[in-house]
Amino acid sequence: MQRRPATFRKLSNAIVVGLSGFSALIGLFFLGWILMVVILRGLSAISIDFFTKLPTPPGVAGGGLANALVGTLLITLMAVLLGVPLGILGGVYLSEFGERSKVAATIRFASNVLMGTPSIIIGVFVYALMVFPMGHFSGYAGAVSLAVIMLPVVVRTTEDMLRLVPNTLRESALALGAPRWKVTFQVVFRAARSGLLTGVLLAIARVSGETAPLLFTALNSPFWMKSLSGPTANLTVTIFNYAMSPYRDWQQQAWGASLLIMMGVLSATIISRLYLKEKKKG
Amino acid sequence: MEVTSSFPGAPSGAPSPPEVIKPVARARKQGDTLFRWITIGSAFVVPLLIIGLFYSLTDLSMPSLRHFGLKFIFSSAWNPVKQHFGALSSIYGTLVSTFIAMILAVPLGLAISLFLVELVPPAIGRVMGSAIELLAAIPSIIYGMWGLFVFAPFMADHVQPFLAGIGGDLPFFKGPPMGIGMLTAGLILALMILPFITSVASDVFRMVPVQLKESAYGMGSTTFEVARKVTVRYGIDGIVGAGFLGLGRALGETMAVTFVIGNSHRISASLFNGANSIASTLANEFTEASEPLYLSALVELGLILLVITIGVQILSQLWLKRMRKKSGRGL
Repeated sequence: MQRRPATFRKLSNAIVVGLSGFSALIGLFFLGWILMVVILRGLSAISIDFFTKLPTPPGVAGGGLANALVGTLLITLMAVLLGVPLGILGGVYLSEFGERSKVAATIRFASNVLMGTPSIIIGVFVYALMVFPMGHFSGYAGAVSLAVIMLPVVVRTTEDMLRLVPNTLRESALALGAPRWKVTFQVVFRAARSGLLTGVLLAIARVSGETAPLLFTALNSPFWMKSLSGPTANLTVTIFNYAMSPYRDWQQQAWGASLLIMMGVLSATIISRLYLKEKKKG
Repeated sequence: MEVTSSFPGAPSGAPSPPEVIKPVARARKQGDTLFRWITIGSAFVVPLLIIGLFYSLTDLSMPSLRHFGLKFIFSSAWNPVKQHFGALSSIYGTLVSTFIAMILAVPLGLAISLFLVELVPPAIGRVMGSAIELLAAIPSIIYGMWGLFVFAPFMADHVQPFLAGIGGDLPFFKGPPMGIGMLTAGLILALMILPFITSVASDVFRMVPVQLKESAYGMGSTTFEVARKVTVRYGIDGIVGAGFLGLGRALGETMAVTFVIGNSHRISASLFNGANSIASTLANEFTEASEPLYLSALVELGLILLVITIGVQILSQLWLKRMRKKSGRGL
């Protein structure tokens, strides 16, 4: 094997080391750029009116996105009520009953595939499932589409968290004569409680910035919702509509909504990540 | 023997008659069977949803499937007034924007992982790694806002004139620098998949046995040589897995792309021109589609995207499984 001169090797090493450091800086630079832009432009849009008033037509000063704020909260809450119990029970099957069975492997595989399915496809699916047969857009359909996106996330994190509970705990409870469901709910869940909550938080973070699925299901509305059974205002679709509009004041509102969404999602993500990291260490 | 007699409260007589225990045991067993079935039922919702996805999308796209047949995939016509629809421009845009994202994000992600794992102290590497991972937590629509109002003007003012200057003869860099278009969409996609590739590649690099690296260093290799000949080669399977993960993300990314791609149904060689992707076409036109055939053509676009992304997902899952079997541990 031919030896390359040492200077060449040293030089190419220095170049690659420099480039890789530069790459890391690029990544951090863009993160900083995006955060700064959203925070600066968002802050100038946020006021008391932003949280308390209804949207105004373009050109009319004042106005806020109170209805969209409430809509987003309600849709997300509904999605949690639908997706979390189902996901947790599914996760219980994988960790407590299925474990190494073929069925469990299939379900794990399906969860990973569903997690990777684009959210816009989920939107089309729920449109076909609910909006098309019913003939109108609804907040419920929006909640269902978010629940579908949440479900595989909750299933997998639940399984992971329940697996961290030592088997001796289950065995001692079973040996005392407790039935399996009691062992699961009162012993295993209690031991894994904070982990389960983290999983739910992660799932909420995952869906609360979603726009594409709501576009075809909840749509949007400039009014207060009477119920979730009609088109329901929400922050993310409002951002899309306002950003695409030619009106300055609407675009300004979109920045305010972006700041809210970004801060909510980032803080939920950071909290749950910190917790998970600690768990891995311990 | 001695042990049993040391329990004063232990029943000394005959064990309690079995009839007393049996109903309790049966109820307990029934309760557990029911519980088990409830959990199985919940778990089965996931695969059922995937089947449902295929079924309902195929069902709703039937009119378009019947009307256009295979021509749909190969036609670039898109005229809602005349009811001519074809998926070619959307498929083209999806593939090209994803391609741009991949050729930028994969090398960048590998370089970042190398830096984080091999070159800086672990504590700093972890903090920087978490910061890069935050890029994945920023919602798509925020990338869209930033892309449309900040990054696209920046591209138009600085990057695109520069590219036209150095590569003006190439067909890719022709046309007016408008900011929005295929190139900008590809760049933002690259940024969005970067954290996924970085995080998986970092995990892979961390799994390389220290002895392997140290023996290479001991032979006098430079950091670059160790990375190229030991780390990357040892972790090549995982790196491919990371690529798959990024690919799946990029193909279906919707809002950010919709904001900046320019939404044009024309196929053009220049990356400066407006284009569209399957996801952006859906996001833009779905709620406007009043004619049944129009709606059905859009759903068929969605079906094509579903088939592509599920295909990529299945491939990547199988790849990771193979890898896990080979190395005996997961990521």
